[in-house]
This record gives sequence, C-alpha cells and structure tokens, in this order.
Amino acid sequence: MSKKDKSLIFEMSVPGRRAISLPECDVPSVELSDMIPGKLLRDTAPELPEVGEIDAVRHYTKLSQMNYGVDSGFYPLGSCTMKYNPKVNEDAARMDGFAKVHPYQPVETVQGCLELLYQTDRMLSEITGMERVSLQPAAGAHGEVTGLMIIKAYHNNRGDYKRNKIIIPDSAHGTNPASASVAGFDMVEVKSDDRGGVDIDALKSLMSDEIAGLMLTNPNTLGLFDENIEAIAEIVHASGGLLYYDGANANAIVGISRPGDMGFDVVHLNLHKTFSTPHGGGGPGSGPVGVKKELVPFLPRPVIEHNESGYFLDYKRPLSIGKVRSFYGNFGVVVKAYAYICSLGADGLREVAQVAVLNANYIMHKLKGYYNLPFERACMHEVVFSGQRQKDLGASTLDIAKRLLDYGYHPPTIYFPLIVKESFMIEPTETESKETLDEFINAMIQISKEIEEDPEKVKGAPYTTNVLRLDEAKAAREPKLKHTP
Amino acid sequence: MSTYIPNTVSQQHEMLSEIGVTSIDELFTDIPERVRLKRKLDLPEAKAEMELVNHMRHLSGKSSNIDEYTCFLGAGAYDHYIPSVVSHMISRQEFYTAYTPYQPEISQGTLQAIFEYQTMICRLTGMDVGNASMYDGASALAEAASMACSVTRRKEILIPQCVHPESREVLSTYAKFGGYKVVDTCIKDGLTDISDIENKLSENTAAIIIQNPNFFGSIEDIEEIVTLAHKNKSLVIVSCDPISLAILKSPGEAGADIAVGEGQSLGNPLSFGGPYLGFFAVKKELMRKMPGRIVGETVDKNGKRGFVLTLQTREQHIRREKATSNICSNQSLNALTAAIYLTTMGKQGLKDVASLCMQKAHYAHEQLIKTGLFKSAFKAPFFKEFALKCNRDVSKLNKSLLGKKIIGGYELGKIYPEFKDGWLVAITEKRTKEDIDCLVREVASL
Repeated sequence: MSKKDKSLIFEMSVPGRRAISLPECDVPSVELSDMIPGKLLRDTAPELPEVGEIDAVRHYTKLSQMNYGVDSGFYPLGSCTMKYNPKVNEDAARMDGFAKVHPYQPVETVQGCLELLYQTDRMLSEITGMERVSLQPAAGAHGEVTGLMIIKAYHNNRGDYKRNKIIIPDSAHGTNPASASVAGFDMVEVKSDDRGGVDIDALKSLMSDEIAGLMLTNPNTLGLFDENIEAIAEIVHASGGLLYYDGANANAIVGISRPGDMGFDVVHLNLHKTFSTPHGGGGPGSGPVGVKKELVPFLPRPVIEHNESGYFLDYKRPLSIGKVRSFYGNFGVVVKAYAYICSLGADGLREVAQVAVLNANYIMHKLKGYYNLPFERACMHEVVFSGQRQKDLGASTLDIAKRLLDYGYHPPTIYFPLIVKESFMIEPTETESKETLDEFINAMIQISKEIEEDPEKVKGAPYTTNVLRLDEAKAAREPKLKHTP
Repeated sequence: MSTYIPNTVSQQHEMLSEIGVTSIDELFTDIPERVRLKRKLDLPEAKAEMELVNHMRHLSGKSSNIDEYTCFLGAGAYDHYIPSVVSHMISRQEFYTAYTPYQPEISQGTLQAIFEYQTMICRLTGMDVGNASMYDGASALAEAASMACSVTRRKEILIPQCVHPESREVLSTYAKFGGYKVVDTCIKDGLTDISDIENKLSENTAAIIIQNPNFFGSIEDIEEIVTLAHKNKSLVIVSCDPISLAILKSPGEAGADIAVGEGQSLGNPLSFGGPYLGFFAVKKELMRKMPGRIVGETVDKNGKRGFVLTLQTREQHIRREKATSNICSNQSLNALTAAIYLTTMGKQGLKDVASLCMQKAHYAHEQLIKTGLFKSAFKAPFFKEFALKCNRDVSKLNKSLLGKKIIGGYELGKIYPEFKDGWLVAITEKRTKEDIDCLVREVASL
C-alpha cells in the first residue's frame, strides 16, 4: 500500500472534536468523589472516537455505500428469503405508540402493544395451524432451541425422561443440531433418499423410546417438498415422538398448506424471511414458536391473554419452560410482520407462495441446460444446482459466486446443502419481476460460457468490487478482532 | 394482486408455458392432497397502504408513549437521548436491507462497522476481544454462563439476587436444559453479599455473575469478588450498563473474565422491550470459546485492508452439534446503532451523559428523601437508578402519578416480597430539573 489507509473511525479522530452538544447540568453539581468512592471509578475515559457530526455522517454513509441490500438489487440467497421489505412497515414500527413505549409500563398504558402481539399470535396460529404462538424468541435459531425445550418439557412432564435424542436429516441447517445440543439433546442423523426426502426405512430403523422427536424443514433445504410427510408424521407419532417444523422455508407454503395439518406439533417461523421484515445485516430477526394445544402450557412466559378489562401478560404458568429472552421478544420486528400480514390478507399470502414457487421453477427451467440439476422434479420456492460440471472445467461454485458480484448480483447460497457437491441454492422470492429473473438467468448463462472459454477469468473474480477476494485464512490464523492504534 | 408482486398475470402465464405446465397448481403436486388447505386462511381483509397506515396509527394510539409522559422507569431499559444522526444513518437501506455479510466483497460496510463496534465494546469494557453482539443482555448473560461451564468443566453458577430478575430467569431456563446448576446468593444492604458467595463457592463453581450497577442501581465492588473467584479457579462474569462505563471501573480493569450487558441504552429506542442487543467481550485466553459471530481484519489479494467473518470453526454451520452455541446471527443493526451512538457521543459526550445521569439522579434522590415520604432503601453508592422505601402503597403512588402524566418507578415488591414498599427510580440525562421537581411536587401533594 502506498498511501496509509485511514478509513477507520478511530483513525479519523482529532482530540477535542465532538459530534453532539449536550445541555448544561441544570441541578446543583456534586463532586464525583463525593458520590462514588475512588476505587469504583475508572482511571481513564474509554477511547471512543472524537469526530465532528459531518465526519460521523460521511463515515457511515461511506460504509453504507460499501454494502449491498435488497434495495440495491437482486438477492437470490437460498434459504434466506431476501424479499422486498415494504417501506410502510418501517414507518409503522417507528410510530410513537410502538417505538417509545417502556416494556414495564403499567398494563393499561400498553394495550395497543399487547393487542398487536396477541393478534399476531392469532394470525400466525391460523397460518401455521397451531393453537398458540410465542413471539419471545429473537431469531430462527432462538426459536429452534425454544421449540426443542418445549418438546423436552412435554416429555419430562409425562414422566418420560428417556427421550434424549432428536432426529435431524442430513440436509438440515447447521443450527438444527446446534440447537438440539443447547436444549440438552443428542442428535441422530437420518439420511435423505434418492428423491431428496427423508429416507423412510432409515427413519423407521432409528425410532425408539429414546427419540423425543424429529426436526424437519419442509420444503427441505433442497427446495423439495417431502411427499411422504404423512407417513413420516405417523412413524414419529406412533413411537411417542413429536414433530418439529423448521419454518425457514415457509415462504413456499403460506396459505397453501399448514404445518399443523401436515402433523407437526411445534413450529418456528422466521418473520425476517416469510413475513418480509428486513434482515438488518444479520439481525434483528424474530423466530416465533407455535405449538399444538397439548404443548401450550410449556410456552415461554409471559403469554398474552385478554379478558373483559383488556389485554394482559400472563406469568402464572407453572409448566412454562421459563423465559428465553428479556421482556417480550423483538417487538419492533413483530410490528413490521403484523403490518405485512395486514396488507396482504389471506389471498395475498397465498399468492406469495404461488409466485415464489413459479419464479424458482422458471429459473430452474432456464438454467438446467447449463448447470447440473441433482433432482429432476418441480422445486418449491428455491432450486439447488450443482456446479460440478463447471468445477471439472476449472472454476468452482465459489468462483461462480464471486463472478456474479461483477454482474451486480448478490450470489446464491453456496456449498449448502452439504449433501450436494458444489451446490448453489437460488431463491428468487415472489417480489422479483420476470425481467429481473431473465437478466439474472442471462448472467448465469454468460458465466457458464466464460468457464467453458476461459475459466481463469472466472477464478480471478471479482474485479469490480470495493475490495477483491479477501484472505480469510490469514484472518483466522492471526486474529485481529479490534483496532489497535 | 399484491403490489409487492410485480409479475402480471400474463407474465405468469408466459412463464408457466415456458416451464411446460398449464397452471401454478401443477407446481405444487408434491404436496399431498390431504395436507393442502382447502379453504382461505381466516385473516383480516387485506388493507391498502392508506388503510394500513390508519390502522397502525390507531393501534399505536392505544398505548401511552414516553414523549407524552415523563418516564422515571428503568429497571433494565432506559429512556436515554438518541441523537438524530443515529436514526438517519441506520435508515440507509444498504445497511438494513442487507443479509449477514457472507459475501465480504460487497459487505464491507456492515463488516467494518461491526469491527469498529467490537473495538468500542472492548474499550468500554476493558476486555481484549468482543463479538458482533447477541440477542439481548439476558441471553448474553446465559450464554456467558454456558461458556464458563464449558471452559472450566464445572457445572455450577453463582448469581446474587440483585442481578436483573429477567436475566436470572433466562439463565435458569438455559441452565435447566443445558445441564448446569444455578445457585442463588444473598443480598446485603442492596449489594451482593460477599460472605454468602464465600460460603457457596466450591470446586463446582464455574463462574460468579455480578451485575454492575446491580438491579437496585447500587455499585458493586467487582475486584473483591474477582479475587475470591480466581483463588477458586472460577471465572467472573460481569453484566454492566454501558453508559456507566464512561465513569465506573470497567470489568476489564477489575479483572473480570467475561463482560456482557444490555446495549439498549446505546441509541436503541425502548420499543416495548426489543429489538435490543447484548454485548459480549472476553479476555484473550477465552477468545476461541466465545459464542456468536466475530469480524476480523485481513487483506485482499492486492494487500488492501478488509474485513471478514472469522473464527467460524466455533460456529454452528461448520461445527453443527459441537458448536460453542446455536446462535447464527447477531443483532447487527442494533450493534450498528450502538456504534453510531458511541461515535456521535464520542469520548467526551459519553462521559457527559454518564455524569448528567449521575448528578440528576443524586439530586432527585435528595429531593425525594426531603419530602419525608421516602427513605433510602440502601446506603450503597448508586449511578443513575436508586431504590427508595416508600411509606405508602407504591402501586397506588404510581397510579396517581400516571394521572399526572408521569410514569413512576419500578415496584420492587413485584419480584422481591421483602421490598414490597420498594420503589426503583431511574433518572437519565433527559430528565430536566423541572421534570424532577415536578415529580417531587406531585409525590408530596398526593
């Protein structure tokens, strides 16, 4: 580097510079040492940035320009449901009666917030075919661990302490086994069959009185609906286990089929996927958990109820697993999801699933001549390809992803699911137009041609981004996790 | 058709015929007939944008907000001032509509901001390494406890009852399922009772948890506890108020091993309890045992500085059931909010905020005591929140204040039967002398 990079906020600091003015102290001042003994005070003030307001604004504006959001362009990141985040929902969440309410205010002063939570519970219960929904979990993985705790509490409450294992398909998200472990379960893996679904015989052979339940994503991470879902439910229930629905892919089925009707007992949804709330660069999300009637007593507390005097928080729930987060969850995210459901209604939600599935099948159809398709059948809301043909020609799936950056796209999810070699997973969502899909399809075709003609070109990508390929090995080998002057 | 679906009916037909099917239904044939929904979902009728705005405004109007009322309620969520810059910057779509930065070349904005956030958290807490944030303060504390058990291979956590009740409840949920034990320890004069900790400390103790300032607002002596714990080869987890760290001894300076806390105060609106963020930082030795996402500095192939998610071999998508935690996201936008807040406040500004809170809290304390209706619940030094004993029914007191557009303090009797006359009052820099004098007048006139 010829010129020293000084783009970190700390490197821009000038002693004495300030970005905000604060009022003078309007009460009689007392010496700090008269209020707090010296040994409890810190020696030197924390070294926070010292910049002007315009410096702060330009810094964060510049950082934002080095990012890519759904509003920037097409974001076909499989399993993440990067649909458009309606602006009006952002406005709603900022309304005073939602954003400026303290969680411990007297119950009579928070009736609007409680009504919104209660109604969201009712709507999500209807959408999933569940009895009640808790909005406390802060993210999908948080919902998973909450749902699994509920399953454990249910078995334990029946005096059935042997059920310490959860069955998880080999195609599952990595959070499933990790959540099972946090909830105190051992994991048993069930393999997929040659159509991409759960291998029924393998499942049967795994069942025993030690199995607490099965976690399933349906449609699964291959973007395929498990046609044997009824048989699967019967097998698991027959041996006393429960069925857990991972709602990561619920965008494919809203209004068309309900997990409750498929036989699932516990469901989590991702409001930041199916219900359009923005991902925020990695959070905040929201992972509500819905349960069938017999599991309601085990939901996290409080549960929102209402009687003749209004809505209230019910803490008197002796069988509850307890709390998994402070207060009532990511309320601001729930407001956006509530607004989204209100604007779509029943027909709108059904259409979401229909068009999401149509868009994915269109891409599958248009690209299957260029990339290997491991399962030749109609997909749901996302399609998984294998880049093996291109890999053999000299450019990997990672290279394809990086080359897409030069074409102005966020790449699909890559190397997941693990059971397909060189996999990439495209989820277009319903909010993209045919024109956008056609342009993306053309870019993908173009890249496949580039690999045939000159794989090195693709291997060197990206060429146009703010930084080029980063040395991730160095980052892990010599961890530098904070700025040091 | 929904405005969020741009494809027209004729475009949809065009696409269907390209695929070679005649209807969308044909794409759903994998879903067995019996599990299909044969009716319309029972949901309210769809609302046009204008109708939606009216509806949301109406619903929002059913709750009282802290602009209409003067708020003296804290207890873990605080009405601090949020600089205008904060909401303008986090409203940039490139930040809030992005996903997790899995493609670093087009995510340097989020990655650098989180790297800077991690640095600020380390500087505030005096710790060596911080992660990209957790769901909230309570779950960060529970994850810290799980981590301490795994690091020490011990199975017991000591926690005084003056730690936030919600944090204690979340911890007990995680412990119950995670297979470790939580041992409550006593309070003495509004502080952690050190002698009770001494009694309960054993070879099974993985960690002692301390909150500072604690739930009653009192300032703890962390160093004393650190000495005890380390002699016993137990870790110390400190849950702290980030604003107080501008003035109070940091967990790092006091020798703690893990620092966590609720980051809401750093520019995040109260929002009826969330979304907030939990910050999480540790001593260097514990770096590879830390849960959650971490951003690290590296270079690109031209040697240019850049940032990536790193140390991912700890995480669930690689380690699956052996991961340090199941968390696979952070509260990224809230962490960004915290970073922008700390940048805007800056070194002097945060100190000023802390000092204003403290001066005003001490003024309010003195004036309320002067009314003769209250006594200090404890003698311990406090920061921005203090507990009083009230000589009348606190819930009635709060009800009367509500009629005067004042949201009174937290009723300690809800959680602590021994403090049924306890009133926990929070004063932030937003409360003016006039607000405080008004509270005192109203209380005295009741």
